[in-house]
Amino acid sequence: MAAVTLLEARGLTRHFDGLKAVDGVDFDLVEGEIHALIGPNGAGKTTFVSLLSGRIPVQSGTIRFAGRDITRLPAHARVRAGIAYTFQITQIYAALSVFDNVALAAQSRHSQHLTDDTMAALARVGLDDRAEQMAGTLSYGHQRLLEVAMGLALRPKLLILDEPTQGLAQGEIQTFKDIVRSVVPEATVLLIEHNMDVVMDLAERITVLNFGEVLATGTPEAIRANKAVQTAYLGG
Amino acid sequence: MRVDKGLFLHLGVLAALLALHFAAPAYHHTNIARIMVLSVYAMGYNIAFGYTGLLSLGHALLFSAGLYAAAMGVTHLGLGAGTGLVAGLLAGGAMAFAVGLLALRTAGVAFMIVTLMFAQAGYLAILYFGRWTRGDEGIVIGKASRALGPLDLSDDGTRYLVALALFAAALLLNLWLVRSPQGRIMVAMRENEERSRMLGYNPFTVKLTALTISGLYSGIGGAAYGLMFGYAGASLASVQYSILPLLWVLLGGAGTVLGPFLGAVLMFYLIDYASSVTDAHQFVTGAALVLLVLFAPKGILGSVRARGLKWLP
Repeated sequence: MAAVTLLEARGLTRHFDGLKAVDGVDFDLVEGEIHALIGPNGAGKTTFVSLLSGRIPVQSGTIRFAGRDITRLPAHARVRAGIAYTFQITQIYAALSVFDNVALAAQSRHSQHLTDDTMAALARVGLDDRAEQMAGTLSYGHQRLLEVAMGLALRPKLLILDEPTQGLAQGEIQTFKDIVRSVVPEATVLLIEHNMDVVMDLAERITVLNFGEVLATGTPEAIRANKAVQTAYLGG
Repeated sequence: MRVDKGLFLHLGVLAALLALHFAAPAYHHTNIARIMVLSVYAMGYNIAFGYTGLLSLGHALLFSAGLYAAAMGVTHLGLGAGTGLVAGLLAGGAMAFAVGLLALRTAGVAFMIVTLMFAQAGYLAILYFGRWTRGDEGIVIGKASRALGPLDLSDDGTRYLVALALFAAALLLNLWLVRSPQGRIMVAMRENEERSRMLGYNPFTVKLTALTISGLYSGIGGAAYGLMFGYAGASLASVQYSILPLLWVLLGGAGTVLGPFLGAVLMFYLIDYASSVTDAHQFVTGAALVLLVLFAPKGILGSVRARGLKWLP
């Protein structure tokens, strides 16, 4: 593969009082791929992506992104550098309109065509006809889509989706998968996901975390065949 | 073309205030001029508190920074009234920036306490440096120092119109600000700081900018107050003057452009009326605030907006 590495983490570590949430993780993202991060509850997935997005400071190890060291960069600067994070628990501005929610993302990257870019991002998730609605009055599924639209409007190099399909109905999951496929290869997607159908369907590569360490990395087929993964996670 | 209801409403209020210049009896004429100037200060408070969510208990420091910059400027340095106003504007903004650099490392209750402490330090400093500030006794600004070009600010009619001009400029700028992308970012910071951070906004920078704008408003409000009413005293830097804009904004509606003015008018006339019927006018004010918090926590215009007038800026 003549692949370009977008993100490179080496020896990434974060302990919480003796609990080794993330312990010496090496991790690479290839530009344009959909990469899934899986592992049992408490494996350190959310902590790990929080280290990548800068929400939690790194204790030791380094992160390089698009050729520069971002280990000490604060979260908001990493967003500007091209890392967008969508929250596991929906975090929208409930009291603002759907339009304003996405416009805030678009203007963060100094969009010159704020209205057009905002509406385009909303159209990609099918919420363009609800632009004037208060975000807090949207259904749960639509709020998840709004969250994704905010991520898209940032035009990130890397879009981190933290359990995006949690609580969605089957039909909504299908919509969601189509959206994620439309994001690559312009952007790279890192997906934390519990729904194995979604993971096997979308991901080109999968990394399995267990007790804060990387158990395996590989294609969906390789992961499915991996004995250690089966024991730890897929239920043997 | 879509009618800009918000803009029309605000222009309508300004037109009504101009009409009052000709219609209002002398007593109310002076009151309204005073309220308009204090409303500029309250608008500044609202930019920090109502729009950005920064609950400060120390804005009297910013108000008095403008007040004393103007008063000391015209009396000690012989500045003109116009330069005094500019000095007050800048002093308020600079003070807010300096305080913000330190106080914005905290949030919530700690921010309230830190800003309160800064304001108390400022108040005590005014008393301590009585040689220049004349402490409690205050600086009386002579008629000669209160001429803004050909305009004599000690004249009632002129003062009203100058106050209205300042109020109008502050109000329309406020309206423009909260509708601008910067205004949207301020509201976003108030609504959800963590989300805003993960959209690429540095919370510290956004808050410091809002606080500095708030300081510019407070500063020119203080300067205008001193120059128009001819007095700068330490009582105007006391904690009471930090609490007053908070009450006005809460009453009128935090996060609405007209709320600070409406709150100031109502509170002023409530106290005015209450003191004509009872000595316990502070009790009446207190009762009004308890009722407000219980039944309309969003303030008057905040409730109006929630009940249907969604376009209200």
